Amino acid sequence: MKLKLRIWRQSGAEAKGRMVEYIVDGISEDASFLEMLDVLNEQLIAEGADPVAFDHDCREGICGACSLVIDGQAHGPQAATTTCQLHMRKYRDGDVIDVEPWRAGAFPVIKDLVVDRTAFDRIIAAGGYISAPTGTAPDAHATPVAKQDADAAFAAAACIGCGACVAACPNGSGMLFMAAKVAHLARMPQGQPERHTRVLGMVAEHDASGFGGCTNTGECSAACPKEIGLDVIGQLNRDFRKAAAKAA
Amino acid sequence: MSADDYFREGDPVADTKAPSGPISERWESRRFSGRLVNPANRRKLRVIVVGTGLAGASAAATLGELGYRVSNYCFQDSPRRAHSIAAQGGINAAKNYRGDGDSVHRLFYDTVKGGDFRSRESNVHRLAEVSTEIIDQCVAQGVPFAREYGGLLDNRSFGGAQVSRTFYARGQTGQQLLLGAYQALERQVAAGTVELHTRHEMLELIVVDDRARGIVVRDLVTGEVSTEIADAVVLASGGYGNVFFLSTNAKGCNVTATWRAHRKGAYFANPCYTQIHPTCIPQSGDHQSKLTLMSESLRNDGRVWVPAERGDDRAPGDIPEAERDYYLERRYPAFGNLVPRDIASRAAKAVCDEGRGVGPGGLGVYLDFEAAIGRLGKDAVEAKYGNLFDMYERITGENPYERPMRIYPAVHYTMGGLWVDYDLMSNIPGLFVTGEANFSDHGANRLGASALMQGLSDGYFVLPNTISDYLADGPFEAVADDHEAVAEAREAVNDRIEFFLNNDGDRTVDSFHRELGKIMWEYCGMERTDEGLRKAIGLIGDLKDEFYKRVKVTGGAGELNQQLEKAGRVADFFELGELMCIDALHRTESCGGHFRAESQTEDGEARRDDEQFSYVAAWEHGQTGPVLHKEDLVFEYVKPTQRSYK
Ligand SMILES: Cc1cc2nc3c(=O)[nH]c(=O)nc-3n(C[C@H](O)[C@H](O)[C@H](O)COP(=O)(O)OP(=O)(O)OC[C@H]3O[C@@H](n4cnc5c(N)ncnc54)[C@H](O)[C@@H]3O)c2cc1C
Ligand code: FES
Repeated sequence: MKLKLRIWRQSGAEAKGRMVEYIVDGISEDASFLEMLDVLNEQLIAEGADPVAFDHDCREGICGACSLVIDGQAHGPQAATTTCQLHMRKYRDGDVIDVEPWRAGAFPVIKDLVVDRTAFDRIIAAGGYISAPTGTAPDAHATPVAKQDADAAFAAAACIGCGACVAACPNGSGMLFMAAKVAHLARMPQGQPERHTRVLGMVAEHDASGFGGCTNTGECSAACPKEIGLDVIGQLNRDFRKAAAKAA
Repeated sequence: MSADDYFREGDPVADTKAPSGPISERWESRRFSGRLVNPANRRKLRVIVVGTGLAGASAAATLGELGYRVSNYCFQDSPRRAHSIAAQGGINAAKNYRGDGDSVHRLFYDTVKGGDFRSRESNVHRLAEVSTEIIDQCVAQGVPFAREYGGLLDNRSFGGAQVSRTFYARGQTGQQLLLGAYQALERQVAAGTVELHTRHEMLELIVVDDRARGIVVRDLVTGEVSTEIADAVVLASGGYGNVFFLSTNAKGCNVTATWRAHRKGAYFANPCYTQIHPTCIPQSGDHQSKLTLMSESLRNDGRVWVPAERGDDRAPGDIPEAERDYYLERRYPAFGNLVPRDIASRAAKAVCDEGRGVGPGGLGVYLDFEAAIGRLGKDAVEAKYGNLFDMYERITGENPYERPMRIYPAVHYTMGGLWVDYDLMSNIPGLFVTGEANFSDHGANRLGASALMQGLSDGYFVLPNTISDYLADGPFEAVADDHEAVAEAREAVNDRIEFFLNNDGDRTVDSFHRELGKIMWEYCGMERTDEGLRKAIGLIGDLKDEFYKRVKVTGGAGELNQQLEKAGRVADFFELGELMCIDALHRTESCGGHFRAESQTEDGEARRDDEQFSYVAAWEHGQTGPVLHKEDLVFEYVKPTQRSYK
């Protein structure tokens, strides 16, 4: 199929960006969206032009590297699907497709479609862990975990840290990402001792990193390729209130 | 030309530092004999860790906890994106929680046998011992493993093992284990013991007075080339499966860190041992950029077949039972669809070579769930494999509930890697290598769910103990930024960058990488022959020359330049590819993932040659070609036998 692409080009963090039009032809419907961009890049290099920079690695929906806003939607039109798992059979010959980077205050553009997401790492460093120095752990069966708790923890832990939630949120909030980690750890017995310090530390870092506040629009969860539910945000809010009251 | 013309043989490997005595006491005794570093001195010692996958993140976090000063590098934007994240199936541990007869000894035995008697007994035993502690550690970190209703950990049997020793977190075990290690790592970042350098790529090793003392890195965002000096360097940079271009590895996986170290003197061991996974989604066209693994667990219920007649292009549903060939069940009645990975892969290639393959290009076989759906019901099949079926449908557009899946083997894992001794130190003092990047524990073939185990064993438990014996002699003398060795390494990096950017070429990096991958797959893939390997060595050499003449890299040095990154990686893959072929050529036996067509039984099974080849091939990068150093393997506890799955 033949497609018209309009892609955000920005040569560097300080540069001004703009949408640039490209035509790609002969795209197989079995190709993935990123493979379609590979074809474009091969074409651009052949013409001596600068290829489009974009983040990607696993190309199977788990590393969280790929991060494109496609026709206004984070990760494109298919629900529960990362950009790398989106395939061209979703498109028709002649379609026009807009491709942009994540846009959020806390995720500055580095180049073209590549953004800086290190703020997510800082939120984890601010408390998104359980302190368990290597070699000090009791036998794994010392603390049974009810299956429903383990499953609920897993559901939150499935977050891939891609940042689609932030890109989709009108406020650029990192709430869903942060709450997923808070909920994962709060739902396990091992996570209890640090439960309060964790949530306070993470929220403080989130706010300091320039993410916006959460106003419950629900756009984050709708865009999440791993379908993390809004329940985790409820959990974070409850834990935060308790922790703040205790700290006061 | 004999195989010897491609290389020369040097002295045998001098010392593996393996302790002697009863095998179950060796690790304990090594831990006791190793010197410790007192806590106050640890602060004065800097360790560079390249890699944030399971092997790297676990090591960096643990060394940080111990009080060393750690610098940790990865090329992705976050440590959490290392390729370990993609592992699906699970992690082995000899916990015997099922009471089904598992034990450290049995895991040891299975791993030595599974590796086709090409690994070291001492190392494998240590791995089996440590395996149980890994699960404890990960549970303490909050890894949400699958649980039973009673609240205890669930296990499954994996890859044909007779016991249930595989721990898992749905189909995302690697992700959950890596997040555990990543969180432990971030905790150390906050504590100030670990400095993290994301979007940085190591491009050279710095060796001063015969010790590994630092690395040269490029900041992938600004393009700045800088050096860091330390008391020891740990490479945990993963495997080299991407030499084949198409593999199940992530796109960024590469050999540069270990290859650059190899060029500085580190031995590369058993490079030809690669694992081909039988159940991957076949290639759909020339645009294909990677291959996706479908979990091995599917073979528990799926039946593998092809049409009995070549050229039968009817839809699968229109082919009657009698005209199908369930070739695994036919050839291996005892194990059927559950034969080990290498055997299943070769059998698929054989039927496709006969012209009986299905799908585009005839490169596929069916994995059929009709019988399972009939027996268990669609709901039960969905509960077990629903997410995999969805993934298959997303990629192929076909519904596997109604039409059998098409699968084909793909490169998945590399058992070879930098040579290390029992302490995980390479032959360059101060250079340690962990995880898939080293060669140590899997011999010629890795068992399912054992790579995650090895990465975490190395990083959490082995390296932090063994490295202290080396660091006890530190801190080592300061190395000035203008030291000859530092300047030389930095210059080498800058020269290479200059070269690529100024080369007046007309072909893209990817076009070369694809072509190299095809050569490797054709001649150094599932089946290797003397003739084919010689041909490949010639073809790679020619293509490499053309690469340097014609490769075109756009953009500049001082910016994010993904083509430049790729160019350096592909340049190293060329040299690795040559060495893989030479290694495969010299090993005229078949063993594990290395199948030499000349060495097979009458019914087409692999034939090992213990007389001649019971050794590790450790290759030195010589000025005039590779130099082979042999490390003899000794089996005191598991008697080598020929594998049989009939
Ligand atoms: C699809 C798939 C499924 C798998 N499933 C299983 C399974 O179920 N069970 C199992 O046991 N094993 C499985 N494996 C194998 C296993 O996942 C890997 O062998 C293992 O995770 C490798 O871990 P590692 O830490 O050694 O390397 P990686 O996780 O690959 O990490 C490498 C690290 O090194 C960094 N790096 C590399 N080069 C450089 C450089 N030059 N400069 C700076 N940084 C660099 C990278 O950024 C990264 O952080 C699977 C593999 C694949 C491909
Ligand atoms: S590239 Fe890894 S999730 Fe898309």
